[in-house]
Amino acid sequence: MGPGPSELWNSIAPQWMLELPEGLHDFIYTLYKCFIYDDRYMMYIKGLGNTLTLTFFSLLVGIVLGVLVSIVRVSWDKHGQEMRNPVARFFFRIANAICKIYLTVIRGTPVVVQLMIIFFGIMATSNNKVLAGTIAFGINSGAYVAELIRSGIMSIDGGQMEAGRSLGLGYVQSMRYIILPQAFKNILPALANEFIVLIKETAVAGYVGLADLTYAGSIVAGNSYTYFVPMLGVAAIYLIIVMFFTWLVGKLERRLRASER
Amino acid sequence: MNDNVLISVNNVKKYYNNGKIKALDGVSADIKKGEVVVVIGPSGSGKSTFLRCLNLLEVPTDGHILFEGVDITDPKTNINLHRRKMGMVFQQFNLFPHMTILKNMTLAPMKLLKKPKEEAEAQALQLLKRVGLEDRANAYPSQLSGGQKQRIAIVRALCMNPDVMLFDEPTSALDPEMVGEVLDVMKQLADEGMTMVVVTHEMGFAKEVGSRVIFMDGGKIIEENTPEELFGNPQSERLKGFLAKVL
Repeated sequence: MGPGPSELWNSIAPQWMLELPEGLHDFIYTLYKCFIYDDRYMMYIKGLGNTLTLTFFSLLVGIVLGVLVSIVRVSWDKHGQEMRNPVARFFFRIANAICKIYLTVIRGTPVVVQLMIIFFGIMATSNNKVLAGTIAFGINSGAYVAELIRSGIMSIDGGQMEAGRSLGLGYVQSMRYIILPQAFKNILPALANEFIVLIKETAVAGYVGLADLTYAGSIVAGNSYTYFVPMLGVAAIYLIIVMFFTWLVGKLERRLRASER
Repeated sequence: MNDNVLISVNNVKKYYNNGKIKALDGVSADIKKGEVVVVIGPSGSGKSTFLRCLNLLEVPTDGHILFEGVDITDPKTNINLHRRKMGMVFQQFNLFPHMTILKNMTLAPMKLLKKPKEEAEAQALQLLKRVGLEDRANAYPSQLSGGQKQRIAIVRALCMNPDVMLFDEPTSALDPEMVGEVLDVMKQLADEGMTMVVVTHEMGFAKEVGSRVIFMDGGKIIEENTPEELFGNPQSERLKGFLAKVL
């Protein structure tokens, strides 16, 4: 063990700082202790890295799952009765039932519980915590994204699909080139909201020892015997990320809307 | 079968709610090459359902439809291939709002006929010129008037070089002053020999352009004849009553 934080602080702090009024000096010392001493800022940075990786890949998994599930659900609800190919009909009937069970179970149980089931049960033999977290949060997010996309698809006038089909485009082609781009534009604000929810939801990853941002903050807090300042720091980082992302989505939205007039 | 027959409709039925609603109750008709068949009738008579059955946007409950000799009502038929040859124009235009006019027109030729971009765009521009809208190629649908949108919808369908054009009340959603410009394009198309099936309330168009008029009511064809005969000498009471109200 090297020197404690107060010893080190007294040896490196410039003289004028040590002569500041006591309250102010204590505050600066706390900042030093929580963010700089022992390279503690690296813990936040590593935690933030994990949080962002986890969120990004979970969202990716969520969107892929969401698109698949929503298309199965919409296809069956809207066109199931007209399906002429018995094999396709059978396939969609089964797929639709599976999707419904998935949506019910995932939306009906807490994400922390799902995370722990996946981590301590299904993925118990794996040491890759981020991978397990990505799977858990991705599967969770997929359920919400699926319902989002479904509402987006249903908001598009039926005439759009008919126009595509009447030109000879297949169902999948019409979805891809005509329906989904419009649906995506309509649900973009809600999708951004899902991302914001997700980035903060990953804060429970610490339950399985995944060193995300919140977990890093709590470790520092434990080591420095100070909870208030590390948690303020963690909160500020989340806030900045969310604000930056909101600004980014706002720009994208304006660009997409510009094509309409 | 007569070589001249493009679409042959044989006793087609379309029921909804397990037969409680009979939108089409046994309809048979032949559409010959180069014909302009106008379908008229009161609302709820099944005329739109009839038209939408022709390219299987509505799948008939019973009966058969032959297009260019192929039974398209057979579940084994790949309907997408045949729809390429059947252009359709809708009451609500149904342009793709997220694409420019040019993209609206080139999407299907490029994806389905694998036309190179330049070729598809050249063809689209030529068609736009024909309807006097070549300067709107890069506009979005929301920037156009209803009449312009419908003219675009017509040329979008023409981009696939269809053998027949189906019109589902193409002027019903338009302001009165814009009806003329759309009918002019349709008339021009008819003069060029395009086979057309037109569901409309425009009796003037039916009289002037139609080579045959079909009157439907209650999911059945009540009368069909040349426009002169059908309008000048209606046989059934229902047609007489209908004409008395709309003319």
